[in-house]
Amino acid sequence: MKILYFAWLRERLNRGEEEVSPPPEVRTVNDLMDWMASNDEGFALAFARRSLIRGALDENIVDHDTPLEGAGTVAFFPPMTGG
Amino acid sequence: MPIKVRLQEEKFDPGNETSRFLDETTSDGAAVTFTGIVRSQKDKPVISMTLEHYPALAQSQLEGFALKAERRFGLSRVTIIHRHGKMFPGEPIVQVMTMSPHRHAAFEGARFIMDFLKTDAPFWKKEQTADGTRWVSARQEDDEARQRWKQP
Repeated sequence: MKILYFAWLRERLNRGEEEVSPPPEVRTVNDLMDWMASNDEGFALAFARRSLIRGALDENIVDHDTPLEGAGTVAFFPPMTGG
Repeated sequence: MPIKVRLQEEKFDPGNETSRFLDETTSDGAAVTFTGIVRSQKDKPVISMTLEHYPALAQSQLEGFALKAERRFGLSRVTIIHRHGKMFPGEPIVQVMTMSPHRHAAFEGARFIMDFLKTDAPFWKKEQTADGTRWVSARQEDDEARQRWKQP
């Protein structure tokens, strides 16, 4: 599974994307954040305030409790500020 | 095609875009154009602004807002242009144009699209000032503006 990061999340993690292979018990977007945070202190710090993080699965914006269900691309980003 | 969404790095000319939009119809009586502009502030002058975006999601989100607005208000035509990359105060960032037989639908449709675009289109503004760079924070007012459309 590919993970994309944008804006200050990308800067804090010092990477725009990465490939990960989470174990089967990682079922939802929230699980994925927990799993990433448990393996990576930088990730845990950047994702400390979950309410500031938005997620997307295969180019659909979703809530944190949405099941991953074989999504190929997960994206994490801060609140959007376009327009 | 009644819905057009264009993401681009290059500066655009709001007047030219409006003229082109108006050229494409003879059966509608109302067109509304909204242009968003890079803004500086007197006390904290902005030197430049850089917009990061998530191209595939930005395209699909904007197309989705245009389609929803078209159906909800009965618009005949929608064009959205949104820039990314580096831009300067006074330059246009975004333009939303709606067309309908009568004015209310065109006004409402443009507002609807802009209210969703501000909070749900994946763009992130970073301002460059004399003190350095900073990511622009999301505004509570923008969330509230979008929320209003969810009430029946």
